[in-house]
Amino acid sequence: MKEFMLIFRHEDGNKIASPEQMQVWMKQTMDWIGGIAAQNKFVEGNGLPFDEARVVGHNNVVTNGPFGDIKETIGGYIVVKAETIDEAVEFAKGAPVLQGAGNTVEVRKLAKGDGTH
Amino acid sequence: MEQQLIPHLFRSEFRKITSVLCKLLGLENIEAAEDIAGETFLLALETWPYKGVPENPVAWLYAVAKNKAKNHLQRGHIFATKVAGQLKSGTQVFEEAEVGFTEQNITDSQLQMLFALCHPSIAPEAQIGLALRILCGFGIDEIATALLKSKEAINKLLYRAKEKLRAGQFIIEVPQEAEMGKRLGNVLTTLYLLYSEGYYSESHDNVLREELCGEAMRLTYLLIGNGSTNLPPVNALLSLMCFQSSRFAARKGSGGEMVLYYEQDESLWDQELITKGVYFLHQASQGNALSKYHLEAGIAYWYTIKADTHEKWEAILQLFNQLLRLEYSPIAALNRTYALSKANGKQAAIIEAEKLNLAGNPFYFALLGELYTGIDNAKAMAHYRAAYSLAKTARDRQTIQNKIDALA
Repeated sequence: MKEFMLIFRHEDGNKIASPEQMQVWMKQTMDWIGGIAAQNKFVEGNGLPFDEARVVGHNNVVTNGPFGDIKETIGGYIVVKAETIDEAVEFAKGAPVLQGAGNTVEVRKLAKGDGTH
Repeated sequence: MEQQLIPHLFRSEFRKITSVLCKLLGLENIEAAEDIAGETFLLALETWPYKGVPENPVAWLYAVAKNKAKNHLQRGHIFATKVAGQLKSGTQVFEEAEVGFTEQNITDSQLQMLFALCHPSIAPEAQIGLALRILCGFGIDEIATALLKSKEAINKLLYRAKEKLRAGQFIIEVPQEAEMGKRLGNVLTTLYLLYSEGYYSESHDNVLREELCGEAMRLTYLLIGNGSTNLPPVNALLSLMCFQSSRFAARKGSGGEMVLYYEQDESLWDQELITKGVYFLHQASQGNALSKYHLEAGIAYWYTIKADTHEKWEAILQLFNQLLRLEYSPIAALNRTYALSKANGKQAAIIEAEKLNLAGNPFYFALLGELYTGIDNAKAMAHYRAAYSLAKTARDRQTIQNKIDALA
């Protein structure tokens, strides 16, 4: 069984959702992840909040972003177990983040660290 | 009178005497400790009917056990110094050992034994067997009935576990704070299994099964009574046990058959235990560690509310979502999907259920039968039939047959 990271990219990170929308989105995400966990395919996952976020550049120049202004800000990730990339893609298709037009889920295999990839 | 008194005392005192003696003699002498405790009761059985029951029977038992332990130590000492030829005077001075049957020492010894028996090197089933024997004072017959095994199998299981204990040279103690988290995790797993063994056992002996649950609760409560082990996951586990046990009476039909949760008469639910469960869940909510016992206790709490509200099922669904992320189990996956059908509708749940990949599990097909009922009854029937053919126990077959009859 391989492991894949599903990386959530938001096109417009500045969009402020209403508390009601947030709650709906939270439930959808919890149910989606719960569904993957119910298949014993969930490994880990987390959200990446924008507060306390910095970008460290060349020559150690530290900036507060830009987040949100640029396209495709990373908002979170989960790691799933899957036999094939196609299975991992099927998981990704159910991600609530995809309800936002322009948002994407990037699916990447995790290197095993044993030299075989 | 002694006819009832001795079995009663055996149940309450055997384990105390064994634990205190084990602590004194060391785990390598666990059988000697059991033997002394056993001989003590034998002597009671032989003398009380003729000489009358002593004024303070418990004190009598402790005194006899104490003397027998001293004799045992003395014999060991004589063997070590004279027979084995270790006659280096001064190095092994025999001191009259303090055999303490104080309340504090009894509690401490039981607690320490609990940690010793739940050592990760001993297989889970053997831990349960040892706990039942040493800490709960169950006889081999009772353990065999409770665990649905032959007496020979239990004897073998205990023998091998004791060998492990002897070979491991574990020290009987409550672990230090640094080690506590890991060791306590093992103890809680054993207590959880011990409780489940009673709660879900196929054994027809209802009294014995409830006693098993009661013992698991008593041992968990022992941990709560001790400052260094009174931690949030322990309270969460006891809370879970209280909630589950509150339904004991309601689970039993007039003919001893199993009554499903949805068909239970909630007036039979033990409100006092539910109140206790809420109390311990509250105690468990200190600190920031969320254990699987917290989540399971939370689910069990919602099950104590019979009203079929959306709020209830949404809460249960989210708790199952969290529980599965923490630790997968087929039963949690199935229960989560049922909660999903209640919170998000049957159609959504069917899609999720089809992905579960639990073919071979009768409860999986029973769930599909439930979900398809009212949507596609032919499919529901086919799933119930599959569940029936996979069911392992008469009780499960009966439950599924009732569903088939209701559908036909």
